[in-house]
Amino acid sequence: MSDRIINEMKLTILSRSANESFARVAVAAFAAQMDPTIDELNDIKTAVSEAVTNCIVHGYREQIGRIYIDAQLYGDGRICVRIRDKGCGIADLKQAMEPLFTTGGEERGGLGFTVMESFMDKVKVRSKPGSGTTVVMEKRIIRRGADNA
Amino acid sequence: MPVTIQAEERTLTALLEGEIDHHTAKAMREEIDSAAVRMEPKLLRLDFSRVGFMDSSGIGLIMGRFRLMKESGGSVEVINVPIGMAKMMRLAGLGRLGIKGIE
Repeated sequence: MSDRIINEMKLTILSRSANESFARVAVAAFAAQMDPTIDELNDIKTAVSEAVTNCIVHGYREQIGRIYIDAQLYGDGRICVRIRDKGCGIADLKQAMEPLFTTGGEERGGLGFTVMESFMDKVKVRSKPGSGTTVVMEKRIIRRGADNA
Repeated sequence: MPVTIQAEERTLTALLEGEIDHHTAKAMREEIDSAAVRMEPKLLRLDFSRVGFMDSSGIGLIMGRFRLMKESGGSVEVINVPIGMAKMMRLAGLGRLGIKGIE
């Protein structure tokens, strides 16, 4: 076991809402190499779906831009996923990360960042108004089997 | 069809199918709302038994229907939530809003 990167993937998609499902399934398929449980896989899918939806709804505000996704698998069982847009950015990050805060109207729950933080082990957000937002999320996949004692 | 609507007396049951995200929620919302406006139910029951995945758009879908039903004095019940989605429901605290079927 080590904390070295053992595998890596990069994916660029347009900010079309049809790609929300493509993005989460692609990252989940990559993470599947780590032999995660169904729950762990679902957590990763959900967090990716939230981050990509944020890029589409808030970053690019329904205009079409590019979303950059990359993920690394580490020897010690962690997966790190980075999701980046070059959209409008977030002026007040603290406010944006508060549960139930939303600029997305009544049908958005304002839960995106809360879900990412609850479903992943670590979430870091960097944003600059006018140049975009980057979300970096990390989760440790619990190793099962004989070496788990 | 992502939504199958069934009406019995004043209860409207919407059986949701597939994955709920920001992309798919729109069509589901429109279908449920048009049926609710037409039938004016007392209870709107959202059946999640055939939902394979949902992100927080599913919460937005429930909360939006809750507001709609509240306007006409009706209520919302969520049934058959798959285990994988219970975590999301708890996180959103929907039970506290008076939405039935959620602890």
